[in-house]
Amino acid sequence: MALLTVQNLSLGYDSHAIAENLSFTVNSGDYLCIVGENGSGKTTLMKTLLNLQEPLDGQILTGEGLKKNEIGYLPQQTIVQKDFPASVREIVLSGCQGRCGMRPFYNKAEKKLAEENMEKMGISGLRERCYRELSGGQQQRVLLARALCATGKILLLDEPVSGLDPKVTAEMYALIEGLNRGGITIIMISHDIEAAVRYASHILHIGDALFFGTKDEYLQSTAGRLFLMQQKGGEA
Amino acid sequence: MLEKLGLYMQYPFVQYALIVGVLIALCSSLLGVTLVLKRFSFIGDGLSHVAFGGMAVAAVLNMTNEMLLMMPVTIISAILLLRTGQNAKIKGDAAIAMISVGALAFGYLLMNIFSTSSNLSGDVCTTLFGSTSILTLTEKEVWLSIIMSLAVVIIFIFFYNKIFAVTFDEDFSKAAGTNANSYNLLIAVVIAVIIVLAMNLVGSLLISALVIFPALSAMRLFRSFRAVTVCSAVLSVICALSGIIVSILAGTPVGSTIVAVDVAAFAVCCLAGKMAGGMHR
Repeated sequence: MALLTVQNLSLGYDSHAIAENLSFTVNSGDYLCIVGENGSGKTTLMKTLLNLQEPLDGQILTGEGLKKNEIGYLPQQTIVQKDFPASVREIVLSGCQGRCGMRPFYNKAEKKLAEENMEKMGISGLRERCYRELSGGQQQRVLLARALCATGKILLLDEPVSGLDPKVTAEMYALIEGLNRGGITIIMISHDIEAAVRYASHILHIGDALFFGTKDEYLQSTAGRLFLMQQKGGEA
Repeated sequence: MLEKLGLYMQYPFVQYALIVGVLIALCSSLLGVTLVLKRFSFIGDGLSHVAFGGMAVAAVLNMTNEMLLMMPVTIISAILLLRTGQNAKIKGDAAIAMISVGALAFGYLLMNIFSTSSNLSGDVCTTLFGSTSILTLTEKEVWLSIIMSLAVVIIFIFFYNKIFAVTFDEDFSKAAGTNANSYNLLIAVVIAVIIVLAMNLVGSLLISALVIFPALSAMRLFRSFRAVTVCSAVLSVICALSGIIVSILAGTPVGSTIVAVDVAAFAVCCLAGKMAGGMHR
C-alpha cells in the first residue's frame, strides 16, 4: 500500500468546490510537485492533506504505518513570526510537540532529535540566535529542521523558496533533494515549474487541466506542455 | 521615610495589598507575550470592560463577593469573542469593540439607576481606575486572589511548551496533532481570570497596560521566548511592588502609579535595547 492514497477528493470552502475529483498516490521515496495556476487550490489541497481542513468529498488514506500527525509541514511564513522573540532551538524543539501528547515537557530523546536535525540543516551554530534576526534562507532551514522533528517519513513543503534569492533558492532545492535521497518522501507546492520538472519524480497539476503522473509523462502531456509554455512565456 | 514604610507594613491591609499585587502582576505578565504576538491585545481590553459591566451588576445585586459573578461572565465573553474571531460574520476587532463598549455603557447605566451608595462617581472611579480597591480587600478576597493566581501560574508552566507552539505557528501545531483550538480557548479563559483579578489592582481601564507593558519591555531586551517570559514576569513584579510602595508613601492612586512605573520601565528597556544593539540571548 502507498504512503498516501487520495481518492476522488474534492476541495473547497463552505461547500463551494475549487478542485474536484483529485486522485493520486504517493509512494515512499517519491518527490511529488504540485503545480497549477494561482487559485487552483494548491494550498487548500495541502491543508486538507494535513487535516487542517475537511475535504468536501473523497478520501485520504495513509499506509505503511504513517500516522496522520506524522507529516512534517513547512508552512509559508506568517506575519506573527516576523517579530517573534524565539531562539532557533526553541522553534526546532516545538516540532516535537506531536510526540508529546499530553506530556507537558520535552524529554531527552526529543531534545536530541532537535539537535540532530539542526545539525542536518547546518544551523547548529545559530542555536541561540533569535529567529527574527536570521536571513530568509536561514529561517527556512529552521522551519525545515522543525518539520523534520515531526516526521521521519514525509514532508509537505508550501512554496519553500518564495522570497529567496537565486543562490539561496538553489541551496534550498539541494537541501530538499538531499533529504529525498536520504529516504524522506517530499510533497512540494511550487510556482517554479522549471525546478519542479528538474527535481520531482512525479507531478500533480491541478486547475483547468488535471494531471497526475511521473515527470516524463507530464512533459509529454498536453497539460504539461501548455503550462510550461505559458510559464516561460510569462517570464520572458 | 523607611520608618513610615515600616509602620504601614504592620497593617494587614498593606500586607494583603502587597501579596495580592505581586501575584496579580506575575500572572498578568505571563501571557503578555502571547497576547501581543497573537494580536490579542484588544481582547484583553474588551474583556476588562465586560468585567466592569459584571461588577456593576454585582454591585446592583448587592453581592458580597463580586468576583463570583464577574469571573463567569468574563470567561463566557472570552469564549464568545474567540469563537466570533474564528468564523467571522462580524470581524474580530469589531466584535470586541461592540461587546466592550456595550458592557461599559450598560455597566454605568445600571450603576447609575440602581445605585445604592451615596458616592456614585467614587464607585465608578474605583472600578475604572482601581483607586483604592487593592487596599480594601477582605480576607476572603485575598485568599480567592491567591488561589486563582497560583492556578494561573501552574497552568502556564504546565502548558508552556504548547502555548509557545500554538502562538508561534497555529497551523503547524494543528498538523502535528495538537488541538490548537482548545489551547486558544485555554489562553482566553486564563486571560479572563487574570483580568478579573487585576481589576482590584489597577481597575478595568488600566489592565491592558499591566498585561502588555512588561512583555513589550522584555521583548526589547531578550531574544528567546523563555528569556522574554521570565524577564517580563520579573519586571512586572518589580514595577507592581515599587508602584504600590510609592503610592502608599506618596498617597497617589495605586493603579495609575503602577502603570506609570511600567511605562518608565518600558522607556528604560527601549533605551537599553537600543544601546545594547547586538546583545544576543
